[in-house]
Amino acid sequence: MEAEAAKFIGAGLATLGMIGAGIGVGTIFGNFLSGATRNPSAAGGQFTNLILGAALTEALGILAFVLGLLILFS
Amino acid sequence: MASPMEQFEIQEGLQLPTVPLPGGLSVDLSLNNSIMAMLIAAGLIIAFFAIATSRAAVVPGRMQLIAEGLFSYIDDMAHGIIGHESRKFFPYVFSIFLFVLSMNMLGMFLSFTATSQLAVTVTLALMTFLIVLVVGFLRNGANMYKLFVPSGVPWYMLFLVTPIEIISFFLRPVTLALRLFGNMLGGHVALKVFAGFIPALAGLGAVGVVGAVLPLAGVVALTSLEFLVAFLQAFVFAVLTCVYLNDVVNLGDHH
Repeated sequence: MEAEAAKFIGAGLATLGMIGAGIGVGTIFGNFLSGATRNPSAAGGQFTNLILGAALTEALGILAFVLGLLILFS
Repeated sequence: MASPMEQFEIQEGLQLPTVPLPGGLSVDLSLNNSIMAMLIAAGLIIAFFAIATSRAAVVPGRMQLIAEGLFSYIDDMAHGIIGHESRKFFPYVFSIFLFVLSMNMLGMFLSFTATSQLAVTVTLALMTFLIVLVVGFLRNGANMYKLFVPSGVPWYMLFLVTPIEIISFFLRPVTLALRLFGNMLGGHVALKVFAGFIPALAGLGAVGVVGAVLPLAGVVALTSLEFLVAFLQAFVFAVLTCVYLNDVVNLGDHH
């Protein structure tokens, strides 16, 4: 296999790590919604925690994305 | 057709001399598109707040309402996380928030986003990290080790917990920088890739022109999503700065 082709396949495989981040962020927002519909009055105060959790989870997906870019462009 | 990565290239602009600084360092004053974007972003913040507060009244006008809204939004957030000492760190948190927000938003209107440069986001993340370290050592001194030794953990678990805490502490600036960089880079690449589908499809003839409506609608939807991401990432940067500051400001107290 040519090195160039292997590079593209590797970059594609590296971005698969974003699947986990997608599941994680989906779980966070889904659980927030199910909690917020049960107790809407408490939902507003948890917005910062919601964004914080989503951001911390998303960072791991971004790591995979950056790794894919590193493989592709270096 | 131009590559979707072309928008992130640094283009040299006005050439200015290199000025030596005391201590054997030197600074290159030349302007490129990244520096111009940052200067415009900083200038817009200063101009906006200068105009908004020039005719400050008890009953605020439109501009003053936006400025006060931003101010109290971040102030409430910082107070909720850091507690009663949040005002000491508020200027830094608010400056970082406004600067990142302004650069992100400007990136939606100009052809260049300053926060999609790793050098910019790493500098901002290192500033936060160093401030956390300095504040932590000034306030706690040698008690800083408590950051890595959570109270209430059995001693035999510390062999496992302490290395994890140390690694996660030193990964903070890395993830802080990469999150902002990755989000802005990824969003703008996706926008340009979708935009590239439109001329490619439209070139196929009458059927292609009808099909090109789909990516066009996608670009419009993605653009509105990017405005949300631009604000959210600035907010996330400010929230995480507060959380990291809170770790060292309220070290050891549970509240």
